Amino acid sequence: MKMDKIEKRVIISSLLLMSLFVFSLLYAKNKYKTDVPECLPYDKAYTEPKVNQLDEKTYQVFSVASMWQFQPSEIYIPVGSEVDFYLTSKDVVHGFNIAQKNINMMAVYGAINKTSVKFDKPGVYDIVCHEYCGVGHQNMRAQVIVNYPRSK
Amino acid sequence: MQVTKTFKRIIFLELAIPVALLTIGIYHGLMQTIYRAGVLKETSFAKLDYYQGLTLHGVINALVLTTFFAVAFGHVTLTFYFKKEPNRKLMWLSFILMLSGVLMASWAMLAGKASVLYTFYPPLKAHPLFYLGATLLIAGSWIPLFDWAVMYTRWKKENPETKTPLAVLGTLINFTIWFVCTLAVAYETLVLLIPWSMGWTAAVNVNLARTLFWFFGHALVYFWLLPAYIMFYTILPKVAGGKLYSDLAGRIALFLFLIFSIPVGVHHQYSDPTIQQGVKFFHGLLTYGVSIPSFITAFTIAASLEYAGRKRGGKGWFGWMNKLPFFDENRFLFAYFIGGLILFIFGGVTGIVNASYSLNNVVHNTAWLPGHFHMTVAGPVFLSIVGMSLYLYSKMSGKRIFMPKLTTIIPYLWVIGMLIFSFGMSWGGLRGEPRRTNLGVTYLNPDSELFRSDWVPTTTMAMLGGIIMFIAGMLFIVIFFGTMLRKRSADPILTIPVSEAYHDEKRVPLFDRFKPWIIAMIIIILISYVPALMNVNENSGPKAPGFNIDNPTPIEQPAAK
Repeated sequence: MKMDKIEKRVIISSLLLMSLFVFSLLYAKNKYKTDVPECLPYDKAYTEPKVNQLDEKTYQVFSVASMWQFQPSEIYIPVGSEVDFYLTSKDVVHGFNIAQKNINMMAVYGAINKTSVKFDKPGVYDIVCHEYCGVGHQNMRAQVIVNYPRSK
Repeated sequence: MQVTKTFKRIIFLELAIPVALLTIGIYHGLMQTIYRAGVLKETSFAKLDYYQGLTLHGVINALVLTTFFAVAFGHVTLTFYFKKEPNRKLMWLSFILMLSGVLMASWAMLAGKASVLYTFYPPLKAHPLFYLGATLLIAGSWIPLFDWAVMYTRWKKENPETKTPLAVLGTLINFTIWFVCTLAVAYETLVLLIPWSMGWTAAVNVNLARTLFWFFGHALVYFWLLPAYIMFYTILPKVAGGKLYSDLAGRIALFLFLIFSIPVGVHHQYSDPTIQQGVKFFHGLLTYGVSIPSFITAFTIAASLEYAGRKRGGKGWFGWMNKLPFFDENRFLFAYFIGGLILFIFGGVTGIVNASYSLNNVVHNTAWLPGHFHMTVAGPVFLSIVGMSLYLYSKMSGKRIFMPKLTTIIPYLWVIGMLIFSFGMSWGGLRGEPRRTNLGVTYLNPDSELFRSDWVPTTTMAMLGGIIMFIAGMLFIVIFFGTMLRKRSADPILTIPVSEAYHDEKRVPLFDRFKPWIIAMIIIILISYVPALMNVNENSGPKAPGFNIDNPTPIEQPAAK
């Protein structure tokens, strides 16, 4: 089978381009710890909303989405905190998006989702539900408030 | 060629019904942009709820229009190239199943009993007729494949050494992908959702349902896209006044779609629980694989257009572009194809962003996503579907097109509207604006404590684009039905422009047989989906009861026996 010369070059360069993208993804994964959410086996322990402080700057947040709220709805943490978010849903599918931190998870009944993030700067971070979850979907928002130590 | 009355009747119905339904589909598209921009701060308008309208918009535009057209265009393609009509009874059966499915689902949606969007994720529960309607639409679209396979086998026996016409090859590949991927969604609706929605089973595994849906869901977008690709390869070069740059490239691209369309579905579930990161990454790699046939196509089509432009007297690096028949009434299809291709450049690039694993965190389920897929499904797919529907209707009925000059302008108007809309959506998405959300009630309502002023410019842009597209869409519908109302002025014939190949390679047996490719397809699907399904099985907890859209307490089950 004989192929046109330019055509061959185009196929090879598109393969190279995609390899470059794969390399970039792996590089970012190692260097900047960018990754998609982790999956955990289902465990009932995560279905009770709470905030655990593990040490000075390390927190666990068990976030429970339901029609149409996140619990806890306001999460107060100090600047520089490392937070592990564990997420599940009490009813339909919900979304969990902290756009400023590129946190993006789905909350699903009967499943536990997990991701980690560090909040370096003070501020109010919106958690927006970005999956349609019924008539009150557009009201479903929570906030992470990174505000203390207030001075300094 | 001449075709029978029955054949024409079925094809006309399959083309005209979705175009008529588009009035509802496009109206709801416009309405969403108005709500989202905060111009409407209500939950409903004219008795139709935002999410009900969103469901209608998705189901009509993305499922009904595309499926009906793919079936009609398949019938036309095989009939034209084999000079033989498909089995009449099977054509009717397929049409009636699809139509009854659409009627059932439409009733459920219009009655407000199925505002679950076109992805119908459980445990939001819709009326059983919604799921049954979707299943019938799909089952009806399976039937032609078996009849076409018989036609093809017969033809192949008589012509063992002739290359299968590229358009026929594409049609068969597309419906093979469709058949395999819809098995998963048929299992989802028939085994998981319908019994649950009827109250026979108490609960459903949501993670399994989502994974089965996306086994189908990404291949679905290729099922939309391949008819457009077939037109770009086999019709566009002729309409542009040139030749297809390479016939073999088309075959390679189509077979790559056959093996890579399905085993990539988990890239829609990067943010989901229960599936491990490794499986997600593997699906991401395969998604990059499926970009290769699109790169091949981009090159082949561009080269074919350049050839056409030079043949028409174009000179220099870019001079050939000016010579293409952008506004030629006698080649109006060109405007629809080129419009779609312009949008698809952006649709393709944004698609690669979505596929890119951790980069997806930035955009998943934000307005970026509809910004992306409107430049694919409402770009090349929509424009080539409506352009071809009008072309086929006009030729097969012997009626001249109503307002031919305007017909060539509509696609460019659509492209302008779409670029503005999608720019607004993508920009908003990068600022965290969610998709599928009635923003006007809260986030775009200055009286609400959720108000986000940074989403005002983006949603306003999307609305402007939406208005332009609405005008273009409605003008098209006027032209389509205006043409229908005209008197016959020519002999009704079935004809499709046929492009010759510039490089017409010898028949390569490997690229003219299905068996090895179907085997490869099955192997890759198993490698990619067995681990995903095992993950879901291991990591899922309890199954979910059903929920209505307006109530956080589960729907009560009828007392157990």
